[in-house]
Amino acid sequence: MKKHVALFLAVLLSTGAAIAETAQQKGLRIATEADVRDSGWGDTTADMVMTLRNRTGKTSSRIIRSKTLEGRSDGDKALSLFDTPADVKGTAMLTFSHGLKPDDQWLYLPALKRVKRISSKNKSGPFMGSEFAFEDLGSQEIEKYSYKYLGEEPCGKGWKCHKIERIPAYKYSGYTKQIAWIDTKEMRPVKIDFYDRKKRKLKTLTWKGYREYIGRYWRANEMFMQNHQTGKSTRLQWKNYKFKTGLSSRDFNKNSLARQR
Amino acid sequence: MKKIIVAVVILSTFLSHAAVAEWSGNVAVELRGFLQQGAWPGQGDGGVSVSAQPEFRHQWDDGNFGVTFIPFARLDSMDDERSHADIREFEFLWVKDDWELHVGISKVFWGVTETQHLVDIINQTDVLEDLDREDKLGQPMLRITRTNGNGGIDLFLMPWFRERAFPGIDGRFRPPLVIDKDLSVYESDDEEHHFDWSIRWNQSIDNLDFAISWFQGTSREPLLLLAGDRLAPFYFQLKQAGLELQYTGEAWLWKLEAVHRETTAKNYDAFVGGFEYTFVGINESAADIGVLLEYNYDSRDHLALTVFENDIFAGMRLALNDPQSTELLAGVMYDLDFNSKSFRLEASRRLGESYKLGVEAHLFWDVDPLDPMYAFRKDDFVQITLARYF
Repeated sequence: MKKHVALFLAVLLSTGAAIAETAQQKGLRIATEADVRDSGWGDTTADMVMTLRNRTGKTSSRIIRSKTLEGRSDGDKALSLFDTPADVKGTAMLTFSHGLKPDDQWLYLPALKRVKRISSKNKSGPFMGSEFAFEDLGSQEIEKYSYKYLGEEPCGKGWKCHKIERIPAYKYSGYTKQIAWIDTKEMRPVKIDFYDRKKRKLKTLTWKGYREYIGRYWRANEMFMQNHQTGKSTRLQWKNYKFKTGLSSRDFNKNSLARQR
Repeated sequence: MKKIIVAVVILSTFLSHAAVAEWSGNVAVELRGFLQQGAWPGQGDGGVSVSAQPEFRHQWDDGNFGVTFIPFARLDSMDDERSHADIREFEFLWVKDDWELHVGISKVFWGVTETQHLVDIINQTDVLEDLDREDKLGQPMLRITRTNGNGGIDLFLMPWFRERAFPGIDGRFRPPLVIDKDLSVYESDDEEHHFDWSIRWNQSIDNLDFAISWFQGTSREPLLLLAGDRLAPFYFQLKQAGLELQYTGEAWLWKLEAVHRETTAKNYDAFVGGFEYTFVGINESAADIGVLLEYNYDSRDHLALTVFENDIFAGMRLALNDPQSTELLAGVMYDLDFNSKSFRLEASRRLGESYKLGVEAHLFWDVDPLDPMYAFRKDDFVQITLARYF
C-alpha cells in the first residue's frame, strides 16, 4: 500500500509535465489510479460459482468461497475454500501474494488432513481445470506489469474505456502481452485480451454486472473467459460480496486451514 | 458408552442451532486382485470391498465453535479382519483469538515427504486400508493450539491409546503367522491407558516451512513377539524428537523428515529426504510432470522393522490439470542393501460431478529373504476404486 501511495504522489507530481507524458507514463498513471481507487477496502468475502464449458457445450461447475485480506506493506492474503466438486470439498488454498516475487501458496487436503506448501511457478497453469490461469486470478499489483497507453475507445453500454497494453514483468507468465480496457469514469476493468507465448490471441476476459459496494468499491457479478484457440470457456458468477468483515491475518494461517469453512 | 451418550446429547443440542450444518462424505466400491498366489497358507486372491465415510460438520458463532463427526466402515469379501469400522473424528472445536481447543477423537497429519510419513505419530495407522499407510484411526485427545505468524504451537494430550489392527488369516500384507490383536502386551503397566503427550511447533519463513516436535508415549508401531502359532504385538514406550523441513523454490521442492527415537532397548535415528522438481506446461499443454527422488535411512540397519532402512524412491507425478483432475503418481523403491525392488502406481480421475475413479498397483520383485518386505513378496496387486462423493 505504501508503495502505491508513493507511486501515486509521484504520478501527481509528474502530471505537471502532462504535455510531455509518454504512452508508457500514461499507461502507468491510469493503472496506478485504478489501483488507488480500489484500495482501502480492508478485507472482503464472496461466493463464486465457476462453470466450465467444453467445445461440445458440456458444462461442469465448482463452488468456491473466497476470503481476502488487503495487504498493507505486502500483497494480499487470500483463502479459497472449495465446496464442490464433492470430492474436493473442504480443500483450502492459502495464497500470500508479493508483487514481482513469487506467491507463497499452501494447499490443505482434507482426506489426509495434510497441508502442502506448493510451488507457485505454475502461474500459467489452469485453476481447477478452468480457462482461468492462476495468474489471472491473483492479486493484480501495479509492479506486475509494464504499461503502454494505446488510446480511448467506446466499450459498450455507452461507456468509454482506456485501452492499455500490459506486459507481465513477473517470471513464468503464460502471456507475452495483455490488452486491457478500463472504463474512464470509475476505472473498472471491462475486458482483457490475452496473447500467448507465440503472440497469438489466446483468451478474452470480460466483466459484467458491476455493482458498487460500501459507496466506493466496484465488483462485477460475472467474469467470463473465452479461449479462442480451444473453444472452451469459463464463467465465474460472484455473489454475497461483503467488505470490512473483520478478517485479520489470524484467519490466513496454514495451521488453521483444517477448520476453515 | 456413557461418554458416547453424553457426546450424542451435546451433538444434538448443537444441531438445533441455526448455522452451517452439513453432511458430506463418500461411499466406495473397491476391486482388488492379487497377481500371485499368497506366500502363506490361507491367503485369498482378491475380492470386493465396500466402504462408507459420512462426514458431519457444524459450525456456529462465526466458526468459533464447531463439531465434526466422521464415522467409517468397510466390508471386505476376502479378509474378515479387513471388515472394520472406526470413528475417524468426533471432535468439538472452540476458537478464541489466537487459541484453539479441540476435544474428542481427532486426526492430524505431520510431514512433507512422499515415500513414508516418518514423523507423523499422533494417530495409529489403519494398515488394513492401504499399503501407503496414509489412513489413520481416530485418536482421542485434547489439543490446545496457539497460532502465531503463519504457523503455531500444538499441544496434544492423549489419555487413551489405539491399538493397530492387522490382517486376518485370509489377508495379504502379513507375516507367515497371524498377528493376534487380543494378545497385545504393553511395556507400560498402564497399558492402553498410558498418558501420551506431544508438542509441535511449526512455522513458515520465506521459502522455508519447518516443524519440530516431541512425542512421549506408546509407540504406534508394535514389535511382534512369537506367541505359540501366532504373533503378539508388543507396544513399547517411545520418546521421539522430530524435524520436518521443506524449502520451496520456483520449480524445486526440497524435503526432509528426521526422527531421533529413544526406547528402553535402544536409541536410533531415521530420516527421509529428497526433492521434487516440476516441469510445468508440458508441450504447451496444461499438464505438469514432477520428478521425485527420496532417500530413506534408518540407523537400526537390517534390524529395522521398517522396509525403509536404506532405500531410494524414484518417481514421477503427472497432473493433467484438466476439469476431471486427472493425476498419476508412479515410482520404484530400490533397497540398496538387498537390491529388492517394488513398484507403486496411484492414479485418479473424476467422472462427472460426483464420482471418482482410482487405480492403484503395487508390484514386488527380487525381494531378499532378509528384507522385511520378503513377507509381502507375492502380494503384487491391482486395485480399482469407484467412489461416489456427496
